[in-house]
Parts: sequence; structure tokens; C-alpha cells
Amino acid sequence: MTKPLLSVEHLSMQFGGLTAVDDLSFDAADRRITAIIGPNGAGKTTVFNCLTGFYPPTVGRLIVSFGESQYQLEQMEGFRIAREARIARTFQNIRLFPQMSVLENLVVAQHTKLMNASMFSIAGLLGLPRYRTVESEAIEKAEHWLERIGLLARSDWDAGNLPYGDQRRLEIARAMCTNPAMLCLDEPAAGLNPRESAELNELLISIRNDDGIGVLLIEHDMSVVMEISDKIIVLDYGRKIADGEPDAVRSDPAVIRAYLGEDGDAQESSNV
Amino acid sequence: MASQPQDWSATLKESAITAAIAAALMFPMIGLYTSTRAGGLAIETRWIELAIGVLLIFLGRIALIRLRDGERLVPFVGGVFAVGLGLQLPLPNGLLTVCCIAGGAVVVLRSVVLWVGGKLKATNDARNSPPLAARAQLFLKQYGPWLGAAVIAFAIAFPWLPFADRRLIDLATLVLIYVMLGWGLNIVVGLAGLLDLGYVAFYAIGAYSFALLSSNYDMSFWACLPVAAMLAAFLGILLGFPVLRLRGDYLAIVTLGFGEMIRIILINWVDFTKGPDGISGIPKPTLFGLSFSRRPPEGTESFHQFFDIPYASVDRIIFLFYVALGLALLTNAFILRIRKLPIGRAWEALREDEIACRSLGLNPTNIKLSAFALGAMFGGLAGAVFAARQSFISPESFTFIESAIILAVVVLGGMGSQIGVAIAAILLIGLPEWFRELQDYRMLAFGALMVAIMVWRPKGILSFREPTLRLHEEDRGAKQ
Repeated sequence: MTKPLLSVEHLSMQFGGLTAVDDLSFDAADRRITAIIGPNGAGKTTVFNCLTGFYPPTVGRLIVSFGESQYQLEQMEGFRIAREARIARTFQNIRLFPQMSVLENLVVAQHTKLMNASMFSIAGLLGLPRYRTVESEAIEKAEHWLERIGLLARSDWDAGNLPYGDQRRLEIARAMCTNPAMLCLDEPAAGLNPRESAELNELLISIRNDDGIGVLLIEHDMSVVMEISDKIIVLDYGRKIADGEPDAVRSDPAVIRAYLGEDGDAQESSNV
Repeated sequence: MASQPQDWSATLKESAITAAIAAALMFPMIGLYTSTRAGGLAIETRWIELAIGVLLIFLGRIALIRLRDGERLVPFVGGVFAVGLGLQLPLPNGLLTVCCIAGGAVVVLRSVVLWVGGKLKATNDARNSPPLAARAQLFLKQYGPWLGAAVIAFAIAFPWLPFADRRLIDLATLVLIYVMLGWGLNIVVGLAGLLDLGYVAFYAIGAYSFALLSSNYDMSFWACLPVAAMLAAFLGILLGFPVLRLRGDYLAIVTLGFGEMIRIILINWVDFTKGPDGISGIPKPTLFGLSFSRRPPEGTESFHQFFDIPYASVDRIIFLFYVALGLALLTNAFILRIRKLPIGRAWEALREDEIACRSLGLNPTNIKLSAFALGAMFGGLAGAVFAARQSFISPESFTFIESAIILAVVVLGGMGSQIGVAIAAILLIGLPEWFRELQDYRMLAFGALMVAIMVWRPKGILSFREPTLRLHEEDRGAKQ
């Protein structure tokens, strides 16, 4: 029996007297899109912040396993989680490097690989061929992603000058350039128009199918969640109230009561 | 704004209000002054100076209002008149003369700019993004390398130009030292975005390393140079560790304290640093063992003996200029190159967003420490050159005002811009030294220059950033 890519065991997070996440356990598999949904303040982003090392969880284990390796995220520093456990994330409020160009944003994401090749910058300063090769590989990879998100023509723009939807996609591409095993997206469809939202769905499905990595998703936009998720976890007040495939979750009475309101259908359509 | 000139009554009214405000402000500052008399201080009045000052402000305000409304002729004539008046009329105070001439010159200049600008109105928009600056930016993008080569050629030829006398070459050396300091600090402040107010500490470390090593162990300048750089870099790391978690204002305060700490240690550790007396007799650099003194010590040869030319004391100053120039060019080459390496991009990424850096697997600790260390290293190099130029150093040379000036060079030059920092160093260091005749008004001119740069180029003289990597070469210069 192989282990799931990510397994969260009895995660709790308390801020003073407030319990933001309460005894949460779930798995997220390789090559699957797992969505975490829930009303505002349900603790979704807190789960992400625990996963990516921004807060050490109060209780619980967060285990990532791929190949032969296994990492306990709760014991690792944030940048090591990204570097070694290969978890990449995006942010609810976009965090690009606004004054750097689009291409540079994607190349910075490949820093670890480039830094090793430049041998503490010495090989880079001397312009050794080994470093040159790795650098052009990094640019190729960035180009590949620019093509996939349709920003190739704007590669030399400042990232901060891109339209909002492009910034969202660029942030996903930047996370993918770190060569992750799992991609965590915090509300990627927030603020997108329906066409951009549909493009995002395509991009996420292609990341799941073509790149073969696990995607963990926080989302409010039901059209995104219901359409592309393979599995949905519903949180309410920090507790898991449902866990399953979209259809099962949609008809779960507890979800309808807690999340969609008593009059489920009306609420759902207004959310869409 | 309004393209129709206001009627004169409105203009006069607005100017009168300005003059009234000026009078209220100037009354205590200019109208009254204290003088020592037998038995204590007495307050005396300077009504004439006050009246002339208020009148100048009243007239200047009228000129500015007319200029704002697009009128050119009246302000131009008035400005010329003011300059002439300032030059001819013996005003009761030198400061008033300076203000009169400078104010008139500004008005003349603005009306000329308005004339040349033709249809462009001097609205606020035009002032915020002058087309001149945009064109200069395009020009720099296209001819940057040629311009750089021309500047370097000029710098190399500089000591042999007819107007370059001993004093000017010495001043140019000082400017080059500040260019190096500015470039070094630019790594920390401009690229990595860490506000460092104690940069003078590394400058001091470099200077004292060279001074102490040469006076205690007879080490030559060239042997001390790498040691000074290493020591400064090491200190940069030492400073870096405690401030890793700090950002913005907090970081600025701690680095400010660090700069003062080093200076106070230098003053109080008398056994080691000779305290406030300073260290004198610091040797000059040699050219492959050839010194530049008239009578070299026994067993050594000096430059003029070796080449069999008559002794000229200016040779030494020219040589030091070339040493500073060489080190500055080395600094420039190093920084230009490292900016395009992963570490350089990581510095900039850290400046932009530390949390995003972390989420991409960049280790902020290493990135910050490397920025501190490399920035400090160039400060140390500049310090060693400074000690060699002065022959005498004391803690007084390394006060907080030095840090502030270096920071001003970086900020006014445009953070992250190499050429901008060099221009700002020439403006801020070269001009005030050059205008030493102004005496008391030298610092006033310094302040006015800073204000002028901030008004016309609020983001620094050259503030645009060229990406370190490009996919589309044809884009270069095509868009702003």
C-alpha cells in the first residue's frame, strides 16, 4: 500500500483561545485535485499556512511522501518545505515580485537549482559553461510555462503591470517552476471573470494530467470546485464536516446545512 | 491647469498671501537676532533684510504664478532683472544676494524651458514625468554601453586634461571613493531593500584595517586591501545575524546604532586605535614597489628615479586617482555581473516580497547575509583608499553624517541604478567641495540640490530598471 502524497493527521491550530483548526485529518493524492471549501473563517487558509510552514501547528502531523522520501512538514522551516518537500503555493492576495519582469519571476523560482550550479556565484561570475547550461535550461523551462499560460509575448513586462488575471496565472506558473510534488492554490479564481475562470480550470486540469502532481485547492467559486475537483473536503469552524467526491458532498445534508444554508439550491446558485 | 493667465488682481492677491506667510515665518528667523553685548545677550532687529526678503518672495511668487499659467515673457524679463540686480546691487546680506541671483536664475530657466517645450504646458502632470527624462531613459537604453565606454575613457584621460589641477584630481579621487561607497550600499539598500543607516561602520573598518596593519606590521597597501575587504565583509555578517528578523524602520535603527558603536569603540579603545588622536603617517600605495616620494628610504627606488623623470608631487595624486578608478571599475563590473546571477535576482526578489521568496524555497537568511557581506566588502575597499588618500584618519571622519550622505547618494541616484549613483556622487560630493568658496552657504547649496533632485526626479536621477534577462530583444527601448 503506497502512502498518499499528503496526509494530514489530527491537525489543530490554536491562536490564544481561538481554535482555528480542530482535529483535522485528510489525505490528498498524487494526480488528483483536492479542494478545501468552507464558509469564511472556517480555517482553510490556516491549514495552508500550517502546510507551508508559516505557523507551526499546535498539534498534529503533516506528512508528505513521494518516491522513497518522506517529510514531516511540522518540523521543517518554511523555505525547506518548498525546497525539499517540494510543496509550492500561491497566495490569496497575489504575491509576485512586481518590479521584476515576468521572466525573472519564473527564473527566481528556480533559484535553488541555479544557485547550486553557480557554486555560490563563483562559477556564475566566471561564466563557466556548466552554469550557462543550467541557466539556459531554466530560461527554457520559464518559456515553456509562459507559453502554457499565454504570456510569452509579455515576458519582459514588469509583473506588477500585468492585468489581474494574468498575475494570477503567472503566480501559478511561478509555483510550478519550483518543480513541486504538490501545488497548493489559495483561491486562484478570486476576482477572475467567467472566461478567465474557465481558462484556469483548463490549466489546473492540465497540471494534474500532464505534469502528474497533486493539487490542493482552496476555493469559493463553486463552478471551479465542482467542475474540476476529484475530492472535496468541507470545513466549518475548523472542523471537517464532509469529505468525498463532488456529487456526494453536494448532496450531503451536513454540508447543505452548514455551508450552503438551509435553502441549499438557492444559496448555491447565488454563489455561482 | 488654467491656460488663460489669471487677471493681475488675483495674481497679486495670491502673491500677497505668500508674502504674508513668508513674513510671519521670517520675522523670528531673520528679523531678530541675538548679539553679545557687555553684560549678556541683546536682541537686535534686521528690518531691512526682512523687508527685502519678503519683497523677493512676493516678486518670485508672481513670476511662478505667471509661469504656471503659461506666460513666458514677463517672468523671463523679471528673472533676468533679478539676476542683474543681485549681481550689481550691494544688498545688505550675502545670503540675500545668493537668493536673489538663484531665484532669478530659476525663473529664467523655467521660462526658457517653457519656451523650448513649446506647446507643453507646465502642468503638474508634465512636471511629474518630464518628456526630457523619458527621452534620456530611451537614449540610455540604446547607447548605454557606448556612453559607459565614453565615461570610462574620460575618467582615464581626466588627469591629463588641461583644466585638471592637483586639487581637482584629488577631489575626483574623493568622488570615486563615494561612488564605490554608493555602489556598495546600493547592494544592501537598492537591491536587497534593507535600509542600512550604519554603512559608515564598514568604511571605518576598511580605513582602520589599512591604517593599523601598515603602521603596526609595515604591510603595504596592496596586501592590506584584501584584508580590509575581508574584515569589513566579516563585520557585515556579524551585523547581519542579529538583524535578520528586522525590517524597515527597525532595521534602520539597529544599523544606525551599529555605526555609532564602531565609532565609539574607535574613540575609546585608545591602546589599539590611538583614540581620538587618530592615526597619522599612513603610507601611500606603491606601483609594484615603486614609491612616489622625493627621497625613498634606503634600498628602495621611487617612481621618478626608476623612469628617470623629474620629480613631480602631483604624480602621487594621479596614481591614487587611478587606484581609486581601478577599484571603482572593478566594483562596477562585479556588481553588474552579480546582478544577473541567481544571487542578484534573489536580492531583488527579497526586496519585493520576502514571504513569496520563502514559499519558493529561497533561504532569506543566506540572501540577507550575502547582501550585507558584499555591501560591507566594498565599503571596506573604499575605506582603505580613503585612508591612503588622507594619510591621516580619526574617528571624526566616520560620523553618522557620512552614512547619511552615502545613503543620499544612493537614494538620489536612483536605487539599483549604477550610473545614477555615480552621477549623484559627483553632484553631492564634487559640487559642494568645488564650491567651497561659498563657505557658509555650502551646506545650504547641498540641501537645495537634494531638494531639487527630489522635486524633479522623486524616484532618483535614473530610476528605471533593466531586466536581467530578456526573451524579446526587439522590445528594448520600444516601450517605456
